[in-house]
Amino acid sequence: MTGLFEFLGLGASAELLSLSGWGGNLLRGLANSLQIAFGAFGLGLVIGLFGAYGKLYGGKVTRDLLAIYTTVIRAVPELVLILILYYVGSDIINKVSEGLGGGRVEINGVAAGIWVLGVVQGAYATEVLRGAINAVPAGQIEAAKSYGMPGLMIMRRVTIPAMMSFAVPGLANLWLIATKDTALLAVVGFNELTLETRQAASSTRAYFTFFLAAGFLYLMVTLCSGAVFARVEKWARRGQPSLKGGTS
Amino acid sequence: MDTATAAASVPEADARREAIRVEDLHKSFGNLEVLKGVSLTARQGDVVAIIGGSGSGKSTMLRCINFLETPSSGRIVIGGEEVAMRGDGSPANQKQIERIRTKLAMVFQQFNLWTHRTLLENVIEVPVHVLKVPKSDAVARARQLLERVGLGGKEETYPAYLSGGQQQRAAIARALAVDPSAMLFDEPTSALDPELVGEVLTVIRDLAAEGRTMLLVTHEMKFAREVANHVVYLYQGRIEEQGPPAEVFGNPQSDRLKQFLSSVA
Ligand SMILES: Nc1ncnc2c1ncn2[C@@H]1O[C@H](COP(=O)(O)OP(=O)(O)OP(=O)(O)O)[C@@H](O)[C@H]1O
Ligand SMILES: [Mg+2]
Repeated sequence: MTGLFEFLGLGASAELLSLSGWGGNLLRGLANSLQIAFGAFGLGLVIGLFGAYGKLYGGKVTRDLLAIYTTVIRAVPELVLILILYYVGSDIINKVSEGLGGGRVEINGVAAGIWVLGVVQGAYATEVLRGAINAVPAGQIEAAKSYGMPGLMIMRRVTIPAMMSFAVPGLANLWLIATKDTALLAVVGFNELTLETRQAASSTRAYFTFFLAAGFLYLMVTLCSGAVFARVEKWARRGQPSLKGGTS
Repeated sequence: MDTATAAASVPEADARREAIRVEDLHKSFGNLEVLKGVSLTARQGDVVAIIGGSGSGKSTMLRCINFLETPSSGRIVIGGEEVAMRGDGSPANQKQIERIRTKLAMVFQQFNLWTHRTLLENVIEVPVHVLKVPKSDAVARARQLLERVGLGGKEETYPAYLSGGQQQRAAIARALAVDPSAMLFDEPTSALDPELVGEVLTVIRDLAAEGRTMLLVTHEMKFAREVANHVVYLYQGRIEEQGPPAEVFGNPQSDRLKQFLSSVA
């Protein structure tokens, strides 16, 4: 193994990547990225659930506003959205703060990242969940109604569990996009994995080493997510015979 | 026929409590008037069979009774309690509707079991979450009910792994679990393969025999004749003829009913 490292000229790379060296920075960047991805995905789900219900059952105004939201967000490149939402968001917060007689506010990078990506995720989640809710057989919701379940209980006990199997594949995609979109936050100077990587690379001139390492970390995130979502999907599909044939 | 006072049983001599009373029920979908003034009373223990051609409004009538459809006008009285309606027929009090619905258990043509829940979970769902029955009590009762409809041992099975007949029997167990004051059946055997119809009818026949109040929309004329004590023939949104099964089936008055009976025989 060490022989192979030496042959490929990677002895120095291993040194550079050690935890005490730049490797620790990369892992901290990864932790930041994941934190934002988690938060943004969660925020996106909440927005998406309200968005989906609004689009399906809301009044005309609600539906129009949501249509504008999902259309605009999905039309504009994410990098542009991040710049807009980030600077608009911090501008508003500062204006408010100054208006209240306070000084400029230091924007918390994680919170800003979650808010920016969450708003983007919310637009896609709205569509994923709307499709999934639509796919729930109307009879199941009707049965719940006919037994006197109030609306919120129907949502919690019937619609959401029943739509999960339709939603999970789309949500799994959204989660992976969330992890990768965190890289875009580098443009606003947030210390996520990609920015940490670039800094490490340019300080040491070991571009290949660090970007390969970053790529590896992103790949690991994807693989682990895949395993988790496979389990979630299996759970969500409980009660549905698999298409591959055979029972259970 | 005077539909406004038509009753399922002999009105005077009958002291049994009224379970369901529908008065002058109208329902339109847009310009299409589907129910044109239907009145009907079912007393406790009555089995009212509702027959009629496709599109005559049988399902719509049943669905108006528990407000799955909003009536256009009319009165609906369940167990002596009138459902408060707005001018446009929509329920004025959602809480009242929800409470009344728990007394009217519906059995659907397509079963409509919750596919992400096992049979046991399906049966305890409403008792536990809507009626707030302690879970252990609900589970014990659900096991009895599943046993009773011949599904003992299938408690942990998901609906999709069962035959239509088994699913429908589970749906009946789910209905019984709320201890309903009346049951509404909308063509409970129409989606079933012919060889599975019998097992479901057997369960319904038992329920009729134990004095359950039910409204039963069905195309099974023989069965209607056997279990019902009152038959209502619906034609294009009106009650064309009604009476005891022996009369309605044995001695139909209107030409339409005669024609209908010969077409389904
Ligand atoms: N949601 C709806 N919107 C518009 N029209 C409807 C709706 N539901 C029912 N109808 C119409 O109302 C009429 C009566 O329908 P209904 O389902 O009550 O008939 P039915 O007697 O139950 O017939 P079947 O024996 O086929 O079940 C039909 O013409 C049908 O097309
Ligand atoms: Mg029907």
